[in-house]
Amino acid sequence: MKSTSNEQVLLKGLAANDSVIIEQLYKENFSTIQAFILANNGSYDDAKDVFQEAMITLYEKAQSGSFVLTCQIKTYVYSVCRRLWLKKLQQLGRFSHPVDNLEETISVDDDLEEHAKHDAAFAIMDRALKSLGEPCKSLLEGYYLQKMDMQALASEFGYTNSDNAKNQKYKCLMRLKKLFFAQYNIGE
Amino acid sequence: MEDLILLETIEKYLSNQMDAQEKTAFELVRKNTPEIDQMVVEHAMLLQQMDQYSMVKSIKLTLAQTHQNLLEHGEISNTIEVSEGGKVIQLFNKYKRVASIAASVGGVIALFISGLALYLSPASHNSQIQQLSNDIAAIKKSQQYQGKLINEVKSKLPAGVKFISGGSGFLIDGKGFIVTNAHVIKGTDAIVVDNTGKEYVAEIALLDKLKDLAILKINDPDFTSKKSLPYSIRKSTTDLGEEIFTLGYPRNEIVYGTGYLSARSGYEGDSLSYQLQMSANPGNSGAPVFDNAGEVIGVLSTREAQLEGVVFALKSNNIFKVVNDYNTSNEGGKDIKISTRSNISRMSRKNQIATLESCVYYVKSFDK
Repeated sequence: MKSTSNEQVLLKGLAANDSVIIEQLYKENFSTIQAFILANNGSYDDAKDVFQEAMITLYEKAQSGSFVLTCQIKTYVYSVCRRLWLKKLQQLGRFSHPVDNLEETISVDDDLEEHAKHDAAFAIMDRALKSLGEPCKSLLEGYYLQKMDMQALASEFGYTNSDNAKNQKYKCLMRLKKLFFAQYNIGE
Repeated sequence: MEDLILLETIEKYLSNQMDAQEKTAFELVRKNTPEIDQMVVEHAMLLQQMDQYSMVKSIKLTLAQTHQNLLEHGEISNTIEVSEGGKVIQLFNKYKRVASIAASVGGVIALFISGLALYLSPASHNSQIQQLSNDIAAIKKSQQYQGKLINEVKSKLPAGVKFISGGSGFLIDGKGFIVTNAHVIKGTDAIVVDNTGKEYVAEIALLDKLKDLAILKINDPDFTSKKSLPYSIRKSTTDLGEEIFTLGYPRNEIVYGTGYLSARSGYEGDSLSYQLQMSANPGNSGAPVFDNAGEVIGVLSTREAQLEGVVFALKSNNIFKVVNDYNTSNEGGKDIKISTRSNISRMSRKNQIATLESCVYYVKSFDK
């Protein structure tokens, strides 16, 4: 079916962080979510946050090769947003009966649980990197995140040679490891 | 320093940069030293977490940029109105096929049923609303008293006149100007009867069939003009639920009735009228409708034929319009001055009625 293969293209594009595809997904889905959030005690900013979180959830799923979409992307995104928002409303004590737009939904609880774990890990990593301080943070980000060459990093940070930079990087990494695993519990 | 070398080795191992010999050697060390094995696992995990972190971070960036882009190009909106429209459009797009099929099926069924209903239903001659004027001829047959009254006043009128219609009316100016419904005045001339049974000859000063209002002028030497009227005519509109009362002549005696304002518009949304909940009968046409303060808020004119108690009254601001028409067309004659103050507002209802009674007239129209 044409539509299904098209959806697969979109998913692959999302997994590859393709900005054109992401823009298309955004255009096709955001206003529905915005309408839903606005109709349920939310604001424009809430809609933006919830929608982007749903997109990240979908991204994480698309990343893992095993993911098979059992419904249309828009149904999936709507379901995730709906679940996220109702949960948020409950936390805020603003819960009221949800107003739906006759959209169909699927159960996404398992996916959201997994996403919550990822999100927690992300936050821990973010905090750990931030508390490392400079130049450790930039050095690690340069090497591990932006995959920069050691030579280039050395000259950028002003190390006399790449070996010194490498040593420094390992020291930083050890600190990061301590910080990260202090909060991140394996298996939980 | 040892740790650093170890770390470098682990990293080299994890990124598959070792040659086969090195690899086997390292794997042997791993196997025999649990601490090093643990370090390898931790390191692999850390690197994977950093990878994950990096990817999510960049997708977040892309999403934020996309959002900003779309916002700038107006593809998405941060205002409620447009997004509501978006929702409607999306719903429309989603269901337009279903809706169009449903609509066409519905249309066919509706046509069929209305055709069937038209074919089967008996022809109806009932008018939806009824004017509340009297047909004098009909009443003469059933009410002997009325016949007596007409005989009594014959002296005042040319012989052989034929009453055509009747209703109620009320003074709007003490000089003898009376307002009633245009449909009350079906003949060419009129007489008015006050609450004590005295009759006065009146001429038709103005007939506005569109607004269904008429102004009569009492032209009778017996009439003593009143200096001022106890009530005023309300210019503003009246609120829903306001209690109202009326005085009129559904029979030869003045009759009091009460009710409330039930809608701001009249029959089928007629904006010139109010809908009232009260009982009214033929003969009440042209009767004044008062609010609690004794101000005239309207002129009783029609009722719904099928529904008991649903009555319509022309809004009082129409009186100002016809009075204005009269004053501008009436050069040289006396202008109508409408009193703007009601001095019965604090009276009890009984006293209000006693005061108002003398200002409400029985209107009869005839052809010469």
